[in-house]
Amino acid sequence: MGGLDGFAFTFLNAKVMAEWLPKIAEGFVLTVALAALIVVAGLALGLGLAVLRAMGLRVLNWGIVFFVDLFRALPPLVIIVLLYFGLPGMGISLSGFWATWLSLSLVLAAFSEEIFWAGITATPKGQWDAGKALGLRFLPILFRIVLPQAVRMVVPPLTNRTIAITKGTALASVVGVAEILGAAQSAMAFSGNPSPLTLGAIAYALLFLPVVGAGRWIERHVTIPGR
Amino acid sequence: MFEDFVDSFLNLDIIRRAMPILWRGLLQTLLLAAIVVPLGLLHGMAIALLSRASSRWVRWPLAVWTDTFRALPPLVLLIFLYAGLPFLGVDLGPWGAVALAFFLNTGSYYGEVLRAGLDSVPPGQMEAARALGLRPALALWLVVIPQAVRNVLPDLVSNTLEVVKLTSIASVVAVPELLFQARQAQSVTYNASPIVAAALAYFIILWPVVRLLSRLENRAVLTARG
Repeated sequence: MGGLDGFAFTFLNAKVMAEWLPKIAEGFVLTVALAALIVVAGLALGLGLAVLRAMGLRVLNWGIVFFVDLFRALPPLVIIVLLYFGLPGMGISLSGFWATWLSLSLVLAAFSEEIFWAGITATPKGQWDAGKALGLRFLPILFRIVLPQAVRMVVPPLTNRTIAITKGTALASVVGVAEILGAAQSAMAFSGNPSPLTLGAIAYALLFLPVVGAGRWIERHVTIPGR
Repeated sequence: MFEDFVDSFLNLDIIRRAMPILWRGLLQTLLLAAIVVPLGLLHGMAIALLSRASSRWVRWPLAVWTDTFRALPPLVLLIFLYAGLPFLGVDLGPWGAVALAFFLNTGSYYGEVLRAGLDSVPPGQMEAARALGLRPALALWLVVIPQAVRNVLPDLVSNTLEVVKLTSIASVVAVPELLFQARQAQSVTYNASPIVAAALAYFIILWPVVRLLSRLENRAVLTARG
């Protein structure tokens, strides 16, 4: 067996790949579900916190800033491991899937709060004054005047950060979730051949290259020209 | 309830006993960061400089190269190098696999940041340096790169913060860094307190960086508004 044949037999073994494709496909579905749940929960919580922060209650804002700092400073894998192995000691048991979901949602919430907040503070003060002059109260100004502009301003950093954090779903393999990487690793162990890992890498590329493309599309169509 | 919480998360007795190995883990984490950050910066600078080439025969393969490593989750790349390559007779070992994975992955991110930095320096700076008689490499090193780095400093710091946090995935391939040692201690004692202690250590080290970043970012927003 020549070098190239050996490489193909090792990493692109069609027989092994065909055998384990269904398992990887199941992992793919699990990864997509986990990522979607993280994006929804993380962005919603992040936006909610940014709105609360805009109300300007000092003690509450300290709490929000501390929350953001905490989840920006801790490595996601540390949070996942802590929730997964730690909570059972308190009688709360989270599966690996939900421990990963909760951890990464909190991390995304922290990063997105900071990004939404940057957008809110970057919206010119005159927009608030104009809203008040029209007789609008705080919440209508925030939701109908400031946020539409703020959100569109911060779409590029927001999509980048969201994509980066959803790639963390691979960390779920560490706490026994059979998402793409977890499924590929157990398939590799059973078959004694790393081709399932190649399949897993292809699955991630299939998943994230379109996401990166979609991110660029959103940036082009949502951002305000000239800002 | 509260006692349960203290007992399973803040058990001082267990933390005290785990302290020596946690300390060793912390030193390994710092060593790891000191190795992989320069590796990533080196790769990133190479990418940034190459991406300024005019030939598309350089730029296109480079885009494929960086997009590949940005699309793959770092842990997938690490497992591939650590568990896959030995089938080809190439055994990098845990440290080698971690170093190569970080070189490839973080280099692609640093590359993007540094390229934006180089683009932000007006071409006149290079021309002026050349007119003063500096050779191209020296002009780049003394005139262009310092300005480029300063222009994207918040992004560089933010990326470096992410890299340091990411070193925790080395625990998966048994590099005895902080998280690995904490998990060892946790599995021996059946208690999560060592992991809480490790989290606290990460927080103490990285919180000042997060604060600094927050201030840099706010300043960027303010200057952008004029």
